[in-house]
Amino acid sequence: MDAKIFDMNDIDIAWCPGCGNFPILKTLKKVLAEMQIKPTDIVLVSGIGQAAKIPHYIKANLFNGLHGRALPAATAIKAANPALTVIAESGDGDMYGEGGNHFIHTIRRNPNITNIVHNNMVYGLTKGQASPTSRKGFVTPVQVSGVFLEPFNPLAVAIALDASFVARAFAGDTEQTAEILKKAIEHKGYALVDIFQPCVTFNRLNTVKWFKEQTYYLEGHDPSDRQKAFEKATETEKLPLGVFYKSPQKPSFEENVGIYEEKKGPLYERDLDKKKLINLFDTFKMQL
Amino acid sequence: MSKGLSSQNSESVSICLCGQAGQGIQTVEHLLTRIFKLAGFNVLATKEYMSRIRGGMNSTSIRISSGPVRAAAGTIDILVPLNKGALQHVERNISSRTIILADKEMIGEDIDQTKRKFVDVPFTGTAAEIGDKIYSNVVAVGTMAGLFGVELSMAGKYVEKFFSKKSKDIVQKNLAALKKGFEFAAELIKSSKTNFKITADSGVEDQVLLNGAEAVALGAIAGGCNFIASYPMSPSTGVLAFLAKHAKTFDIIAEQAEDEIAAINMGLGAWYAGARAMVTTSGGGFALMTEGVSLAGILESPMVIHLAQRPGPATGLPTRTEQGDLELVIYAGHGEFPRIIFAPGTIEDAFSLTQRAFNLADKYQVPVFILTDQYFIDSYYNTAAPDLSKLKIEKHITRTKKDYQRYELTKNGVSPRGIPGFGNGLVAVDSDEHDTEGHITEDLDLRIRMVDKRLKKGDLLKKDNVPPELTGPKNYKNLIVCWGSTQNITEEALRMLGRDDAALLHFKQVYPLPEETSEYLQKADKTIIVENNATSQFAKLIRLQTGIEIDKKILKYNGLSFFVEELAEKLKKALS
Repeated sequence: MDAKIFDMNDIDIAWCPGCGNFPILKTLKKVLAEMQIKPTDIVLVSGIGQAAKIPHYIKANLFNGLHGRALPAATAIKAANPALTVIAESGDGDMYGEGGNHFIHTIRRNPNITNIVHNNMVYGLTKGQASPTSRKGFVTPVQVSGVFLEPFNPLAVAIALDASFVARAFAGDTEQTAEILKKAIEHKGYALVDIFQPCVTFNRLNTVKWFKEQTYYLEGHDPSDRQKAFEKATETEKLPLGVFYKSPQKPSFEENVGIYEEKKGPLYERDLDKKKLINLFDTFKMQL
Repeated sequence: MSKGLSSQNSESVSICLCGQAGQGIQTVEHLLTRIFKLAGFNVLATKEYMSRIRGGMNSTSIRISSGPVRAAAGTIDILVPLNKGALQHVERNISSRTIILADKEMIGEDIDQTKRKFVDVPFTGTAAEIGDKIYSNVVAVGTMAGLFGVELSMAGKYVEKFFSKKSKDIVQKNLAALKKGFEFAAELIKSSKTNFKITADSGVEDQVLLNGAEAVALGAIAGGCNFIASYPMSPSTGVLAFLAKHAKTFDIIAEQAEDEIAAINMGLGAWYAGARAMVTTSGGGFALMTEGVSLAGILESPMVIHLAQRPGPATGLPTRTEQGDLELVIYAGHGEFPRIIFAPGTIEDAFSLTQRAFNLADKYQVPVFILTDQYFIDSYYNTAAPDLSKLKIEKHITRTKKDYQRYELTKNGVSPRGIPGFGNGLVAVDSDEHDTEGHITEDLDLRIRMVDKRLKKGDLLKKDNVPPELTGPKNYKNLIVCWGSTQNITEEALRMLGRDDAALLHFKQVYPLPEETSEYLQKADKTIIVENNATSQFAKLIRLQTGIEIDKKILKYNGLSFFVEELAEKLKKALS
């Protein structure tokens, strides 16, 4: 499949020139094409922010919902029709800040979806305030003396919750990012891919150069080793990239809801069995 | 409360059970209502309880009658206090006529202090003789059933069925307790301490005994609901629990969300992918959902929201009742978009309106609300089972073609709704203002067309509404207006007054306000509204929409529903 199948015609992309979102967009299209997933079978779900506009730039189904609320919607979409490939994609502010509670509980719920987070450690669309992942000391128009909150560590949180797949990539390396994304989408169960992405306008601290110097790829790491994965996720000197953790196989949310055991079809194909409803009413006659 | 105004006669008796949570009142209520129904009596049960798991004081009122009985009464004919403090708890409803069946061992010195008529029935002692104090509840059930001439064998059969999962020994002991209760009843009747005659109604047998929560949940199933996500909150949780219990039978996904925000966003995701979803919540939880309501507005997504009201603001009185969230629901969600609000007044309407809500939500792609309250949700009575032969689940989804546009501009504002994976088209929905394809736009002319498109659906809703229900004379001089759960209470109160110049107009759809509203109101010399809130929210809506000011307002907001006698008294005053 040619990645061009996902191209949108005549669109005005709202990102700044040189934005780290561009390589992510290109890589995602390439991966979906390589995996031979038809646009009609894909649903891209996002929240609000610059990263959250990505579904508008890929030819597929899309649900661009509220800030922070992509994950609950994505979970339900997958549950209502498990045949769809569902990708929930937004920025760090959206997924880890506004949507933090959903991030935690979606991991626990384990729907078979891919969660891509564009992590640029800054709020772009609202013009440069701190994000949950901003480093300490980062000075912004609001954090005027520099950020003093501990940065949110999405990978460590996910591993602590025994997330079924946890990875980190760097937008500047499209080849490796493609490999990681492919593994995440193929993975059965919730898969987190946190992608380091430079913001060329508002983050002069975590630049392309900074990310290149500060990151390295995990080598010889066993993703089934949860302790080691946690150790790697909490490294701060240099930040590892790659697949950190894969939990032992566990049923997905759709498998747990108990309505796809006998029938496989999506909910929209099913109809009420009126006879069963009549029988249920009969039990309320409270007869002997 | 006037003694002259009693809803009761020998054909209708009001029983009150009062005790602590965890003491088995629920069991007594369950057994008694079922046994009375089996005996052919019309039954109504309402409850009030404190916000705690154990302890506190709770009461259940059961009315049994030869004819249909559907509203809470304030006076008590028979009171069974199950512990110390119970008498005090229901003091205000005890009258000179109330017979108190009390066990001195259970309620201690309370019984000596009361100046009321009481009969000492040794529920506990008898139970202890049988083997355990725990059987005292069933002794009480037997006593009550016996007082009304129920057959012991039939009551026994139901008790056996109820305890069928327990050991043989436990079943036998419960039956022994029941029998003892019947013996006490026989003695009471013999000594002429009581004399109640309820005639069996042959129509009752085939009827169903449902509470508000069950009626809403059954209506949802009949509406094709196959997805519910909610966060537990009294008094709305019964609907979630009911659908979870029957999820496998009806292919329903029932999920407890991490919060109400997740719940409604899940609901919207589910509708997007072709499911028929609902959420159930109460005021505080709904406050968290309001951004999601707004999202439904711009996505043009169907959504069904059940809101069981309780008194606010904030946590308010968590287990009590109020009609205080009407304005919240009318205006919930930023931006301008249409919606429908139903407020059922009967069990039958809770079923049929919830069922209808799913079809309308799908047809017009709007949020539809079912507004109930704690009183309504927790009250139950026997009523005819709905005729399901004509039941139709209207699915308004379309198979998409390659050039499908989710927000195609149509004449009436409703665009055919496609879902992902069904057809060759792509389905794009967006919380931003969008073009016809569903992509972000800042084209300000298109913005106007999209706003007009959404609002046009509001005009359709005005035409496709559920009219208010008029009870009483058509050529009325006085018109009493109410909405939602107050219907049965107001109807019975008005019947008690026996006025041929006063009619009742009940609104089961409160928004959009049915067009005939003005006509009904203008015909009356005097209008009176009955609302379970402090600011008469529905009267304000009527004034806003029709310009008509309601003459008199009867409002109650202490956390309890109106009671028939109390309301009759207030209506009498307002009518004079």
